[in-house]
Order: sequence, then C-alpha cells, then structure tokens
Amino acid sequence: MRTISLDESVRMIPDGAVLMIGGFLGVGTPERVIDEIVRQKKRNLTVIANDTATPDRGIGKLVHAKLLRKVIVSHIGLNPETQQQMMAGELEVELVPQGTLIERIRAAGYGLGGVLTPTGIGTPVEVGKQRIEVDGKPYLLEIALRAEFALVQAFIADYLGNLSYALTARNFNPVIALAAGTVIVSADNIVPVGVIAPDHVVTPAPIVDYLITNA
Amino acid sequence: MEPQTIIARRIAKELSPGMLVNLGIGIPTQVANHLPPGMQVFFQSENGLIGTGSVPEEGMAHPTLTDAAGGPVTALPGACTFDSAMSFGLIRGGHLDLTVLGGLQVEQSGQLANWMIPNKMVPGMGGAMDLVSGAKRVIVAMQHTAKGKSKIVKKCTLPVTSTRPVDMVVTELAVIEFRDGRATLRETAPGVSAAQVMAATEAELVIPANIPEMSL
Repeated sequence: MRTISLDESVRMIPDGAVLMIGGFLGVGTPERVIDEIVRQKKRNLTVIANDTATPDRGIGKLVHAKLLRKVIVSHIGLNPETQQQMMAGELEVELVPQGTLIERIRAAGYGLGGVLTPTGIGTPVEVGKQRIEVDGKPYLLEIALRAEFALVQAFIADYLGNLSYALTARNFNPVIALAAGTVIVSADNIVPVGVIAPDHVVTPAPIVDYLITNA
Repeated sequence: MEPQTIIARRIAKELSPGMLVNLGIGIPTQVANHLPPGMQVFFQSENGLIGTGSVPEEGMAHPTLTDAAGGPVTALPGACTFDSAMSFGLIRGGHLDLTVLGGLQVEQSGQLANWMIPNKMVPGMGGAMDLVSGAKRVIVAMQHTAKGKSKIVKKCTLPVTSTRPVDMVVTELAVIEFRDGRATLRETAPGVSAAQVMAATEAELVIPANIPEMSL
C-alpha cells in the first residue's frame, strides 16, 4: 500500500476508465474523490455501483457533469438527470437487480466466472442470458463483473491499509475492493497499526493499493 | 380509517416475534407502526442493517445510519450491519421470513409487477426482484384500484418482477390469497361486501362460502 494525495489518486484514472464506486444513495461514497474527478474533468467513464444517487450527491455529481458513458447500477429512481440522459441517448444505463449486481462483483473478486441466481427468471433481465438447471430448479447464469479501479470509502484505515467501515456506509465497499485492478481508499480516519483490532478488520491491508492522505 | 392505515394494520397481524422482515418503501413502511407494543421483530434494510428503528429525533441523525431510501433511521438494541453481499444472501438464501412490497399490478396467478412502466417510469428494480424471488413469504400492500382501474388483473400488462407468485395481497377492500395459480378472496374490509370486492377486481376470484371481515 502507498499513500497518495487526492490530486494524484485521480490523476491515475484515465479517460474512459471503468470504475467501481462504493455507496448506497451516496452513503459510503468517497465524496472528495468524486469532487476531484469532476474538477479534473475525467471523461467517458463507466461506473459500476449500486445507484446514481441524487444529482447533487456522490455518483449523481458525475452524471450531472456529464462525465459518464455508461452506468451499471440497480437503481436510478432518485436521480432524474440519469433518466433524462438515458432517454436522450447520452448515457447508457444497464439495470441489474441489486443482489445480482453485488454477486457479480463478488464473483470477480473471489475468482469465480459468475454465479447462478433465480433472480430475474422470466423477466426482461433474462434476455440474452443462459438458463441453467440445478436439481430441477432454473437459474440464470450471471457473469463476473470487474473494473480497473475501485473507489472505496472506509471509516477507519490503519497505516498498513487495513479497513473497517461505519454502519450502513459499508454496503458495496468491501466487495468492490476485491474486484478491481487498482484499489483507491479514502478514509474518514487514518490511525496507527494496531488501533483496529484484528477481528474488526473487514478489508485486509494487502487488498488496498493506495490510501489517500487526509488534509 | 385511511386506506393506507387499513392495509398497514392488517399486514401487521401477519408478523410474529423473532421474524426477519423487509419492508418496502411507502405503505409497507407503515406496517412497523402497528405492531403490538414490545413485539420483537427484526427489520432488515437492504442497504445493510438488521434492527432498523424509527426516524431519529431532530439533530440526532447520523450520515452513515440510513434506510434503503437513504433517509436517516435509528438502530435498535441488538442491531447489526453488514455489506450488500450479506444483505442479499439473507434475502435470496431463504433467511428472510417475510417481505412486504408495494405493487403496480398483481395478476390472478400471483405474479407481481412493481418495478417499471415502459417509457414512463424506469427507476430500476433495486432489490425488488431478489426480494420477490428469495423471501419465504411475499405480501403486497397496495390500493385496490388506480384511477378507477383494478390493480388485481387477469394478466399483468407491465413487466413482472419475478415469476414466483406472491402469497397475499392486502388492499383497503380485501385480503386475497394466491395459491396453486388461483386468487381467493379471504377477507373483506369492515363494511365492504364480497360483491363490492368482485366489482372492483378484474381478476377472477375464488369466493369461499365464508369470508370473514378483516380484523384490524
């Protein structure tokens, strides 16, 4: 793990990159990293995340600034701008059931090619997918989802990069941390090694590539 | 009594101590307000919380303690938090005893449509498809009609949420149970006759000889 400034962390992300971003309606999203992406005007990004939040918050700010080419999310209902850009053909939106989305990400992080889920059978979600029967029950084959960068928000990071999370700000964060080539972490608190008890570490340090320093 | 209150109070009778329950947005959320005092039910919020409590008092909200609609909540004693993979493992893995969801249409076979209206409302399915596919029991809380049209239909015209049929629909007029591909009128609301329910319903209903009044 290396420490890095906020400015440098975003400089690593090229235009056109595929990003996984933590958060559920903006809760648990690394807000300052989002703001820096907007400031550096990164373009044509693909974002894989739970949702597109609201226009003034989290991933919603990237939508508002029109920096995205595609989003793979479970929900856009609280962001009218996502819907407008989708209708206007400016933004590609792939809607994935939330439980399927997180499992596809988990599968990539755990070295699996995909998962079999009953969710989506007989709905528009099934279109173009393989149906596989196990013990007489039908499942959809949903393939693993990977990204170049994971942008993770933690509550506490220690100097090695061990992470723990706060309440409902955990959501996608520890799962995306395993599914991306480069893992960039923003933490509310950076503390000496040993402050997080081993049992309370959720994301192990070797997973983390960069920890953004706190001002 | 308001239609929403009738629906929420009737569904609250379906909860029992120790159950793990997920309540959707809207009328389903109100179910929690009508439990007998002291009854311990575990409410799950799919953003990663079991033990979801009421809305905090002003000035007491925490930015990282929210419900599935992103609004501030409290956590009850014994609450726990987890990531989204665990949350949907609970939902899909047969650990969730009951989910209560809103609905746009339910057809007589029990299939539910509640996630989109093509070209009009495309919010995304969020967790709805996993909840209907995975929960042990699914109850739909919705008004019986919309703009004078029955929401309990012969065949859904909107894209369905899952092919798994729901177990029960509770409206301000009736309790309808879905089993073996058929819809049965189980209870009527106070002051409502079976004939009135049938008149307000497009779907074919099985009408038993004895239809008790909803107990609220």
